Formats: sequence, C-alpha cells, structure tokens
Amino acid sequence: MTLKRLLSERRAAILEKWRDRVFGCYPPETAGFLRREADHFSNPVAYRLTEGLKGIYAALVGESSAEQVSAHLDEVLRIWAVQDFTPSQALAFVFFLKPILREELAGELKADAALTAELLDLESRLDGVALLGFDVYMQRREKLSELKVSEMKARISGLLRRVGVDPATL
Amino acid sequence: MSLPKPEELARVSYQPPARGWMEVKPDFRPGTYCNAASPKWLEWIDYPYPRAWSVADEDWQLPENWKEIVLEGMEDRLARFRSLKLFFDICVRCGACADKCHFFLGTGDPKNMPVLRAELLRSVYKRYFTRLGKALGELVGARDLDESVIREWFFYLYQCTICRRCSVFCPYGIDMAEMTILGREMLASIGLNIDWALASVAQCYDKGSHIGATPQAFKDMIDFLAEENERITGIKTPVSYNRKGAEILFVTPSGDYFADPGTFTLMGYLLLFTYLDLDWTFSTYAAEGGNFGWFISHEMGKRLNAKIYHEAERLKVKWILGGECGHMWRICNQYMPTWYGQVPSFLEVPVSPITGTVFENARVHKMVHISEFTADLIRHNKLKLDPQRNAHIKLTFHDSCNTSRGMGIFEEPRYIIRNVLPEGHFFEMPPNTIREKTFCCGSSSGINANENMELRMQGGFPRANAVRYVHERYGVNHLGCICALDRATLPTLLQYWVPEVEVTGITELVGNALVFEGEIERTTDLRDRELVGVGEQEGGEEEE
Ligand code: SF4
Ligand code: SF4
Repeated sequence: MTLKRLLSERRAAILEKWRDRVFGCYPPETAGFLRREADHFSNPVAYRLTEGLKGIYAALVGESSAEQVSAHLDEVLRIWAVQDFTPSQALAFVFFLKPILREELAGELKADAALTAELLDLESRLDGVALLGFDVYMQRREKLSELKVSEMKARISGLLRRVGVDPATL
Repeated sequence: MSLPKPEELARVSYQPPARGWMEVKPDFRPGTYCNAASPKWLEWIDYPYPRAWSVADEDWQLPENWKEIVLEGMEDRLARFRSLKLFFDICVRCGACADKCHFFLGTGDPKNMPVLRAELLRSVYKRYFTRLGKALGELVGARDLDESVIREWFFYLYQCTICRRCSVFCPYGIDMAEMTILGREMLASIGLNIDWALASVAQCYDKGSHIGATPQAFKDMIDFLAEENERITGIKTPVSYNRKGAEILFVTPSGDYFADPGTFTLMGYLLLFTYLDLDWTFSTYAAEGGNFGWFISHEMGKRLNAKIYHEAERLKVKWILGGECGHMWRICNQYMPTWYGQVPSFLEVPVSPITGTVFENARVHKMVHISEFTADLIRHNKLKLDPQRNAHIKLTFHDSCNTSRGMGIFEEPRYIIRNVLPEGHFFEMPPNTIREKTFCCGSSSGINANENMELRMQGGFPRANAVRYVHERYGVNHLGCICALDRATLPTLLQYWVPEVEVTGITELVGNALVFEGEIERTTDLRDRELVGVGEQEGGEEEE
C-alpha cells in the first residue's frame, strides 16, 4: 500500500489530532471552546483553521495542486498574522504533523520498510510547505501595512477627488 | 539551552494553564492598542490631567492620588447608575455570554470573554465596596486596585466596542457596554484616554466635526458632491446651509462628506431631497452626526449631542432628520431622555411632509433616521425607482450594532433594499450573524485608529467570515450598511478578509435607482461605474 493511499484512508483521525494540537496553542479556555463549538459562524477561527488544515493535507495526499497550497496556508496564516503569533509560532503547526504521522502509522511503518522511505520524502515536502508558509505570512504582514496606508488615504478620499486627485493613483 | 521544538515555539503567550486570570497581565503588543491621547486635546475640552505619555511607557505618570480618584469615581457611579451596581451583584457566572463577543472569537484571549471583562471592574468593586470582599480578598475574587489593574482596564476596556452582543445572550440582560463606558470614564478621570477618540471629540467640540473641518470646507465639499450629482444625473441638487425657518435640519456624520464610499451616500441624500422638494437645511455648526464623546463618557456624549439640538432651536426647524448613522441614533433613543430629563419642547413630533406619517417613535427626541423616512416614502409609493440601475450589485446587509441592538431598526433598510435592487440580488448572511445577533465591525467606539489595525482585524473577523460565506455561495459583491463608521471601517476589514466585496450605504442605492423627470440617460452609477446593459447594447448594435 502506498503512503498516499494510507494517508487518504486515515485522513479523519490524523486531521483530528492535528487540529487538536493546533487548538492547543491557545489558552485552555479558548482551546476548549475551539474544540467544542461546531457552528461555522459562532466559531469562525476553528472553522477557518480547520479548512486550512484540510486543504494542506489534501495537497500532501496529492488531491490538490501544489499551487493551491499557498491558498490553504493563507487560510491559517491570515488569522495568525493578526493574532499573537510570531512567524516561528505561526509556522510551527506544519511540523506538528510529523510526529502525528509517525504515531498514527507506527504499525504500518514497522511492517513495511518502503513506507519509511516514502514518509521521509513526505516529511521533506512538509519542510517545503513550511518555507512557503513564511512567504504567505510575510505577505499578510505586508498587507496589513498596506491597509494602514490605504485607510489614511480613504479617510480623505472625497476631499482628494474634490481637488482633482484620484485616491487610487496616490 | 537546547533548541526549541515546534510545539514549544507555538505556545502563545496568553494564559498558562495553572495560573488564574488575575495573574496574567496584558501584553501591549503594537497593533493591539490605541495611542495615548495628546495633552492638546484634553486641554481643548477641559479634561483632567493632560500630559504627554505613551502606552508603551513603564510609567504612565498617573496623578499622585489616582487611586482615591478612581475609587471615589466608582462610589459615585455606583450611586448614580443603579444598573452598574445591579450588574456587579447579579451576574451568576453562567458563562452564556462568554463566547459571544467578537473580540473573544477573533483574538482567542479569554479576558475578552464578557464575563471576564466585567470581572476586571467587579473584582475592584468587591474589594472596596462589599463586606465579603473586604474581609476575604482574592478568595472571593476581590483584588486590590494597583497600577497593573489600571493597565488592564485600559487594555481590555478598549477591546470592547460597546456593541451589546453579549447582553442579548445574558439571561439577566447584563450590559457590558454600560460597564465599559463607565470604566472608560474612570480611566479618563485620571487622564488616561486614547488619541483617536479624543482628537475627534475635541475637534467636533471646537470646530463642528470629528475631522475638524471648517464651515467653509464643509460647504465646499458638499457643493462639490452636488456638482457630481449634476454631472452624473443631469439633476441639480441644491443645498442650503444654516437656513433659518427650514422645516427640517439634516444632520449626518462627517464620514459621509469626506470619505468614500460615504460620499456616494451623501449624493443619494441630496438626490432624494431634491426629488421630494424637501424644505431642509444643513448646519455648519451641527456638522457632525457621529458622537465620539459618548465613547469616552456620558458627560462628553451629552456635550456633543447638545450642539445638534441647540442648532435646531436656533434655526427654528420643526424636527431633525438624521443621515445613515449608528450611534447618533442609539444616543437619541437610549440616552437622551435620561441625560436631559426632558424632551426638546421647541421641536415638533416629526411628520413626513410627503406622506403625512407621524413618527410616533420619535416623539421624545424628535429625530428620524433616514431609513425610516425613506421606507415610509416607498411604502406610500412616493418614489419612482428603477432597480435595474443597481443590477451590478449583489448585496448582503450588515446590521450595525447601534441601529439594530441599540434600538431596533431591522426592517426599514431591508424594505428599501428590496425595492431598489432587482429581484434575487439581496442575500442574508446566516441568522446567528444578523439582526439582534449581528457581529460588530470590530472598529467601533473610537478604536478605529490606524495603529490598532491587528486588533480591528481580529475583532471584525466573525463579521467578515459571514460576509465571505455569502460572497462564495451567492456571488455577493457589496456589503450594505446604514452607519458611517461602518462605511469607514468595513472597507479595510474586507480588504483583509474578503477583498472581492465592497461597502455601500443604502441611500446610495436609492440615489442610483431614483428616476427623475428630465434627467439625462444614466450610463453609470453614482460611483461612475458603468451600468449593466449599457456597454452590451452598443456592442450588440455593432455586431448587427
Ligand atoms: S459589548 Fe460587545 S465588545 Fe463589549 S464585551 Fe459585549 S460583545 Fe464584547
Ligand atoms: S451571561 Fe450574564 S449572568 Fe451569565 S456570566 Fe455572562 S454576564 Fe454573568
């Protein structure tokens, strides 16, 4: 059995553990809430983080293209770029998956040496995902700086038009 | 030291498991707080203890007897506001409010649970004003008032937008918004204020509007928007200023005349008034519908609100029409009667000169919200509307906290929307995110400062999340609202979370749809965007 198929089969259990560990980054009261509330709109952080993790996982299993990985990473990192996460804290979640995979697949790995080689390959892909994540995180931080500037202009945009300046060209 | 593992890195610095909430102190990280108010503004409005200080400083230079001032202030407020004492005493820590605050949902910080936000104040109340707390201290959740408590108040009372969402879910109706305002008052009493709010207040008090525009600049800007109307629609929309004896004084927030997209809503007002041939006037003295004063104290809220009514009296108008504003409306309905203890007798109960409708709901404060006014016009078939001119817009509606939870305008804007948009162009967000359960924009109550961007993006996340849902599901491309603060802050929020969606006022859509006799053929909307069908028709002809 190939690793990808195995990962696909065990998706629910692995994702659940990954998600749980990600929520564990928050203080206990918050983590409890993130785990408990199932409504997408009453618990938007848990919902969007989960969507992001699912997407990244699908990319690892080969169900979505490598290009889409950045979009999935963005789902997670756009939240953490405004919350109390430094870049290293924000990217650590990618690496959480490594021990989870080894734990979940321990039996199979023991039985099948070829699988270990495949897993090593996947782990180095995860390193790649984390590196991409740094770009995504930085883009989000840049976006925040941009927004500060554009909001300053927007506050007097009517006035700028009044004097014949298009706020968009400033 | 060994190198850290990912899991060790990722532990975010809120509350370590074993410690109680009292011991965890706020981390004033740039992006999550507003700058301290410049002493200049305090001097302008005669506020106590003006001084240059910075939130990042170790020493906030509190007045020597600060503790006495705060405790006396609390005692005074406990006597004056029965609600405060009641709220302190009756909360049963049931936790129903805990996960209802957008700041908790967005930041993940437990101290943004309303129940804990209240505890910041309540713990001090217990320590100094209850027998149990005096005797048992921390055992019963009481604690000494020291500088670190004041820092905490400053941090968390400015992470509450006075939106009242939590109170909807509280079985006792405990209103954190009330406590936040009173807490901010106590902070102001020892000279702790935020610059963004104070600058707006001082300029409004001194010059007439939050952005400090002179009467000349105010007039110049509005005249320009009237010219824009004429350019786009061929209709002249004359404006009168400070005209004595007009029937109606029209007051709107400064966001509507200086900042896009509010400006387009203002163009809509002018078109509507011209269409109706209304007898109305602007005032350059009451040139601000917004009231940042209420964000810092009841007293300051009253000082700014009074300007509008003084002006109404001086101009001898019959009643006041308010533009698309949120807290202007909430102040009228929720606070004015208590502030003044009487109704403005020099005004009449508002009656629509077009339909004859008596606005009984405005009997006390004599001010009508433009959404009520317009909905009534449509109901009486007084407007000729062409919804096709809004065919490029797929809309969802954001209930602003102040107009919805603050006083209950739910149906009027929706009724207008249904009449100015083609059928099938209006989509509601999920029920637990609208009407009385609406999520706040995350930037209200004076915290929409630029330096506070990260916090605002977190606080507004639950709102944006629901907008994104209707965008992805139904192709919604505009978010409508009837609040100028929303029009100023939601565009930034959406650019971060859902950049495909733009923000619009509702009267802007009315302006697009309104059909005048003698107008030129409309090819664009009020924002100069081509109307659906305009380009196609020409293309079609060429093909033939
Ligand atoms: S009033 Fe609004 S912002 Fe303040 S605690 Fe309640 S829900 Fe949160
Ligand atoms: S819902 Fe009301 S009673 Fe329950 S914890 Fe919150 S404020 Fe207290």
